[in-house]
Amino acid sequence: MERYEANREARTVILDRLRTALDDRPKPPPVRRAYRRERPAGLDVVGRFAERVADYEATVLRVYDAQDLLSAASDLLREAGVSRLAVPTGSRLAWLTRLGVELVVDSPPLDNDALGEIDAVATGCALAIAETGTIVLDTGPDQGRRALTLLPDYHLCVVRADQVVGTVPEAVARLNPRRPQTWISGPSATSDIELERVEGVHGPRTLHVLLTG
Amino acid sequence: MRLALFITCFNDTLFPETGKSVVRVLRRLGHEVEFPYDQVCCGQMHFNSGYREDAVPLVRSFVDAFEGYDAVVVPSGSCTAMVREYHAVVARQAGGTLPAGVARVAPKVYEFSEFLVDVLGVTDVGAYFPHSVAYHPTCHSLRLLRVGDRPTRLLRAVRGLTLVDLPRADECCGFGGTFAVKNVDTSVAMGGDKVSAALESGAQVLCAGDNSCLTHIGGLISRQHAGIRVLHLADILACTEALPDLQPYGPGLDIASGFAAEQTPAPEVTR
Amino acid sequence: MTTSVRREPTFVGMPPFPEAAHAELANDVQRANLRAATHTIRAKRDAVVAEVPDWELLRRAGEAIKDDVLAGLPGYLERLEVAVRAAGGVVHWARDAAEANTIVVAIARAKGVDEVVKVKSMATEEIELNNALARAGIHAWETDLAQLIVQLGEDLPSHILVPAIHRNRAEIREIFVREMGRFGRPAPERLSDEPGALAAAARRHLREKFLRAKVAVSGGNFAIADTGTVCVVESEGNGRMCLTLPETLITVLGVEKLLPTWSDLEVFLQLLPRSATGERMNPYTSMWTGVTPGDGPQEFHLILLDNGRSDVLADPVGRQALRCIRCSACLNVCPVYERTGGHAYGSVYPGPIGAILTPQLRGIAAHRVDAQTASLPFASSLCGACFDACPVRIDIPEVLVHLRAQLVDGERGPRDRAEEVGMKAVRWAFEKPWRIGFAQHVAGVGGRFARHGVIGRVPLPKRFTGPVSAWFADRDAPAPPAESFRSWYKRTDGGQEE
Ligand code: SF4
Repeated sequence: MERYEANREARTVILDRLRTALDDRPKPPPVRRAYRRERPAGLDVVGRFAERVADYEATVLRVYDAQDLLSAASDLLREAGVSRLAVPTGSRLAWLTRLGVELVVDSPPLDNDALGEIDAVATGCALAIAETGTIVLDTGPDQGRRALTLLPDYHLCVVRADQVVGTVPEAVARLNPRRPQTWISGPSATSDIELERVEGVHGPRTLHVLLTG
Repeated sequence: MRLALFITCFNDTLFPETGKSVVRVLRRLGHEVEFPYDQVCCGQMHFNSGYREDAVPLVRSFVDAFEGYDAVVVPSGSCTAMVREYHAVVARQAGGTLPAGVARVAPKVYEFSEFLVDVLGVTDVGAYFPHSVAYHPTCHSLRLLRVGDRPTRLLRAVRGLTLVDLPRADECCGFGGTFAVKNVDTSVAMGGDKVSAALESGAQVLCAGDNSCLTHIGGLISRQHAGIRVLHLADILACTEALPDLQPYGPGLDIASGFAAEQTPAPEVTR
Repeated sequence: MTTSVRREPTFVGMPPFPEAAHAELANDVQRANLRAATHTIRAKRDAVVAEVPDWELLRRAGEAIKDDVLAGLPGYLERLEVAVRAAGGVVHWARDAAEANTIVVAIARAKGVDEVVKVKSMATEEIELNNALARAGIHAWETDLAQLIVQLGEDLPSHILVPAIHRNRAEIREIFVREMGRFGRPAPERLSDEPGALAAAARRHLREKFLRAKVAVSGGNFAIADTGTVCVVESEGNGRMCLTLPETLITVLGVEKLLPTWSDLEVFLQLLPRSATGERMNPYTSMWTGVTPGDGPQEFHLILLDNGRSDVLADPVGRQALRCIRCSACLNVCPVYERTGGHAYGSVYPGPIGAILTPQLRGIAAHRVDAQTASLPFASSLCGACFDACPVRIDIPEVLVHLRAQLVDGERGPRDRAEEVGMKAVRWAFEKPWRIGFAQHVAGVGGRFARHGVIGRVPLPKRFTGPVSAWFADRDAPAPPAESFRSWYKRTDGGQEE
């Protein structure tokens, strides 16, 4: 790989130019982090999260026990017409087999074409953000590698209530930059035509969220 | 309080009536305003057009003319903004004693509505103006001076006046100093939309705190013979039952009011 | 510091702004499209910004973090390089567009590919990478919907975020039906112009390209100096496709795109989405650090691009333009942009940010610039709406006026002798109060000849083009009054003797 890193001269010149450009020694200003880091006191973060996800035209169902979970999941999958469901290797989603769908475990890793032919994927998440209705995946065991949640057209994401944080700063503080991350806020969308938002371009066109606990 | 009027070169030359209105309003409120004859121009046109060095003597003469007053009142948002926001920039470049002079004088300079509301603490200036008025917040009043609702508070307190909303009020009218001639097509397109908004509002009068913007908007209205007139805030606040719509108007004001006299010999608004 | 290389390209044959705007303004369809689009996005942005109580504090933090990055840029870049290499990435440095393009082409050739997929990126637009790849026989497929519309329509981008903002649904349908088949899967025969259907056509058209591609090229919104993490903010999922599926990923990044630490993202991931598309959060944000075994591209190249940025950094007033996070809020609120559209600016960076960034990237601080470049700082009424909208508080009007001074006082632009004479004359008249009095008297005498106090159409020969004919083309003006304010004040003692 080192063979590409031949332009050391450019490096020296650019760094020199930048240093010369800063001859006036601008004083770096103090960064005042006076903005909110925590959720507003008393906010029902889980409720707010559900509300905000729904604003993106994603379906959110909140369930309180295992029985609820099963019937909600089965409703959602039936509604979406899902018969084969990809799941990550380390997934704790084995209960989904009880719903009569075929589970395809990403082990050994499915190639892109195979993955593209599966209608749906189910994962957990690393955490979720109430204020923005965002789900964060960081390739943890119940989420799998990034392509897994990208090629299938339907994504069922199970979020535990204790995974929901209030604000973006709370989320950033908990995440590990070394892990690849995908922040998902609603289904794929575009506003490129007359700045009118339409859901569904390249990523999953349907996002269903099961909020447990 | 020693109070001075900075009339601005534009008003001095083209809209003397607005200056007279300021004098009358302040006198009605019990304040005499002095007019230092050494004043000329704030230098905005030179500064904004890139002739920064040419702005230096103008800034210097401004400081000389207004040094020693407790407050300077200006019937123009953009000239006030030039003094308060940018004289320091010009002065810094010029060096010498100018920065200190600017630092002494500039903070005492107030746009007309700021002066009435903040310095004198009045919103009811005893005016009477029985017409519907839409207020256009000119960009420099709105975004540089942040005069906020001061002008509309003053207008609301005018007896007989109905304040109506101007659609898309915070959009620039397209004057922009030399922009009006350097980018004439864009300027006219923007102004045309402002005229449409004014007509949409249904108001009889479009009011603002800058005669420069009003000259542009009024010039379009006059050419299109659109039936709405433009007036500076001070000219409305100067009106009373005894002197409704002050006469005689100088010719300058008459056209800025958007009436080509041949179309509307006796503007109904004035009666 | 001097250089004659034009680093940031002008759209070929583009005249100075006023002329270009004249032509664009005549396009009624485009004006209606732009008006609708900018008003829609303004309303959305205002709504989601209003619900953030600490927006001003976030803006100030964003400004300070970026200023800190700029003040210590060389050190931060070195830190980033170390972190990216430690995470298995390769770091390249490119002084200018040609150098950056050469690196991309070399990598693509080494991989033996004749096509790459691309995530929309301003940096690769700026260096005209697609042309360079084409010359090397490599197709670059644009995968962002708007960018695809521009590419298929052989059009020019007119907006930072939505390059096809000047097109409406009917025009887009037309382009898809006509062009898609030439480059891959054709559009369905009975394609409607409903945005959902158009997006679906793009999905089908691009899918095979995503699945096939071995090399992807992206830009980046942020790169974290401490960790080497790169962040791409997007909506459609085309970014995720490009950043995840191919074996090799090349990211071209302007040197100013850095943030010092991971936690700085907490500010920018709030500022950017709300300012850009008016959403609380954009649908997809991807972040990666070097190479992750078993997940995503196994080869990652980061190209750090100068291309004039060091010249921008050298100007203490102008350097604030490097804080820009390309959200395009300033375009969306700009009354000039709303009327003229982006093409009139003749650069990949249109609108208010383009008016201050393009001339600086083209080296205005160092040498004379051409007439098109010189016209850009004047393409503004200085209304200030851009500054209010900018999430990193770039004082665009301040920089515009600063650049105007460079052009005139600093003699970096073509000279306008007539204007110079006019300005000197005004200054002369203003130097002594008696002179202004005299000028007013002369004007007042002249004003008596105007009918009813109005100066209307001024009969000037056609070839006479100056400020006077410009004013009177569509506007009347008041005739100067017989008596100026200062004469009145003197005559009546301030109205006491009236
Ligand atoms: S200048 Fe500010 S508002 Fe404009 S694109 Fe850049 S960050 Fe956004």
